Amino acid sequence: MTPNGSIRRRLFYQLAGVAALLSLAFFLVVRGVAERAAEGTQDDILAASATAIADSIRSEAGGATLDLPYSALSMLGTVGQDRVFYRVTVSGQTLTGYDDLPAPTLTQRHGEPAFETALYRDDEIRVVSIARPIGAQASRSVAIVTVAQTRQGLESISRRITTLATGIAAGFFFLATALSLWAASSALAPFDRLTEAVTRRGPKDLRPVTANTPSELVPLVDALNSFMGRLRTSLHRTEDFIAEAAHRVRTPLATVRAQAEVTHLKLTKDEHKKAIREMIRAIDESSRSAGQMLDHAMVTFRADSLTREDLDLVAVAQETCARLGPTADLKDIAIHRVMPDHKVHFQGDGILLQAALLNILDNAIKYSPEESEITVSLTEDGDGLRLSVTDQGRGFGNIDLSRLTNRYERGANVGDVVGSGLGLTIAEDVAQAHGGTLSVASNAKGAGACVSFILPR
Amino acid sequence: MRVLHLASIILAFLAQSGAAFEIEDRVVYPATHSETSVLRVISTADQAVFEPIILAYQMAHPGVQVDYTITGTTDLMRAIHEEGAVFDLAISSAMDLQTKLANDGLARTYDTAATDGLPAWATWRNQIFAFTQEPAVVVISDSFFPLGNAPTTRDELIALLRENPTRFYSRVGTYDVRISGFGYLMATQDSRNSEAFWRLMEVMGRMDAQLYCCSGDMIRDVASGKLALAYNVLGSYAASQQDTVEGFSIIELQDYVSVMLRTALIPTTAENTQDAENMIDFLLGLGTRPDLVSASGLPAIDTATFQQNSALRPIRFGPGLMVFLDQLRRSNFLRNWENSLVQK
Repeated sequence: MTPNGSIRRRLFYQLAGVAALLSLAFFLVVRGVAERAAEGTQDDILAASATAIADSIRSEAGGATLDLPYSALSMLGTVGQDRVFYRVTVSGQTLTGYDDLPAPTLTQRHGEPAFETALYRDDEIRVVSIARPIGAQASRSVAIVTVAQTRQGLESISRRITTLATGIAAGFFFLATALSLWAASSALAPFDRLTEAVTRRGPKDLRPVTANTPSELVPLVDALNSFMGRLRTSLHRTEDFIAEAAHRVRTPLATVRAQAEVTHLKLTKDEHKKAIREMIRAIDESSRSAGQMLDHAMVTFRADSLTREDLDLVAVAQETCARLGPTADLKDIAIHRVMPDHKVHFQGDGILLQAALLNILDNAIKYSPEESEITVSLTEDGDGLRLSVTDQGRGFGNIDLSRLTNRYERGANVGDVVGSGLGLTIAEDVAQAHGGTLSVASNAKGAGACVSFILPR
Repeated sequence: MRVLHLASIILAFLAQSGAAFEIEDRVVYPATHSETSVLRVISTADQAVFEPIILAYQMAHPGVQVDYTITGTTDLMRAIHEEGAVFDLAISSAMDLQTKLANDGLARTYDTAATDGLPAWATWRNQIFAFTQEPAVVVISDSFFPLGNAPTTRDELIALLRENPTRFYSRVGTYDVRISGFGYLMATQDSRNSEAFWRLMEVMGRMDAQLYCCSGDMIRDVASGKLALAYNVLGSYAASQQDTVEGFSIIELQDYVSVMLRTALIPTTAENTQDAENMIDFLLGLGTRPDLVSASGLPAIDTATFQQNSALRPIRFGPGLMVFLDQLRRSNFLRNWENSLVQK
């Protein structure tokens, strides 16, 4: 399935985008605040300087004079090395200072410093002005103290802060991006765990998923479980239906067969007898197919909840051979049993194992020519237990051996023999239910097939 | 021996005809090899003081003709600040006036490794560069003060004068701050540093203090025994005079000693900034040339001196230096000073 976008990528880009926005906001805020603080500092010092000068103004002999306080100008040199200008006017006449320093354009209240930024001698300056009334009530005049300073120190502070803020914002962004990458992976980890839990399951494991999942995934897991539940129910119903159908078909078939045999005895004409024999053979095959479907349904059902009991595989194999002995005898087929003389213990479902073996052996007898030999052997090797059935029949022809165990798949050379194609499927299902495999090969010694049922120890 | 072309004062006046600022002397030092450029220097340092430095500079830069104009601190200020006279380098002992030139935008910025190596107190705005440190000292006459008997602080000096009014009457001297820029700078710094300054001025006024324009005259009168002591004499000049003039000693007071920094700046009117910058680099390297220091008598910038003697205080650059240049402040200060010292 081609994925439509990636949650991880989207999550990462969104988190990184948020980080970038926050970094930018941080940068702007820090720079704004710092520049305002630096400007505020300069304004404060300018105001203090102007106030100190205004405080030193005194009336003298009808006019005004002042002693420029040393601190008024020296304090302006404490922050940077900016140029400083000042001017004191009384009633519009310059008392002292730079008489080309622009007078403040702002209307101001007495005593309150008024600030503005202006251009003076090719430099940007910050200007503060304070108005101060002087003299007695009758001859009152207004002195205006103006102090100005260039802003190079401010610019250099601003540059420093900008550099610092840029560095911090960039660092924050990169750290946040790395963390987003981690967060995106971490947030999506439950998906990986769920995927793994579901992938690890066997093909027939339709139990509900019980892995711990975060609340966001619970609806998905619930939906998945509900879906699997319905699927399982549906499968069961199908198997039940097949079993029921097979059962219902087999019983009447037995009656039909009995009636056909009775009729066969009564008939005298050869062509009639032949027709009845054909009929009986067809009934046998139908009955046999119905039996296998029953077996298959049973295997499917029991494999779901496998019961494990202590078994002796030798006994199981012996019993199977014994049960099919009469069938083999009909075709004069000899069954050789190569078994260890001690018990071979195995934890498994006896009914399933017997069904599997019965199907394999039955297949062997069915496809073996008359007066041939079949070997049933039980061996133990490093891999596990191997139950092999080797015959001298026709083998499987030129068909992909791995496909033989598919349902209803049959050998390429069996057109003349009636069969359902379920036998090896049943055997393999049983093997897999026990954690084993079914190996299908041609007989190593001459013609025939070798089907091995391999179980883990 | 090199042949120097010495222009007379009159010739110099003719060359600068139309200039309103007064010059004391003008000396042209021709290039030692084929001349490539002219460096016009306006300076307050005497020819005798600065000639060794100029000659050494020309050793390193043989193609440069140095046109050296000598003037007073106020005239230097007037030349550059008001008349826009064209000079490539302005060298002055008046820190306040140099500061005002830089503050008013009349100095160029110059920034190199040499200027970066200066202590923070020896430069301002990368426009003013100090290359000497010259303390203001007390010079005493050996005939008046037997060994070990000299005052060590201003308070001791005040007490000494008060206790011996007849002995010191008309026998103390100091700068006339109305005419000497260096004297005014030192007096204003003293008034900032210590309350004792005004008391000292009062006492000296009562002693009928003699007022001088220059350190040389004070040293001459102290050495001859006409004065018992002179206050606020340029220490570097006194030290250089000690080799040739006998009869006086130098005292650095222990409460504090103001240290004047001789500075160079490149005016905005400069036409030959390259050589001016070279000259500044050369001046800032004065500390590496003990021969020039002893020949010129100009002590180079040396932070170690201030660590050894904590009483030494370099006068700080900054807008504060312009306070005493304020017209009102200056007239008020001079009125106070006259009230204290010129008691007629």
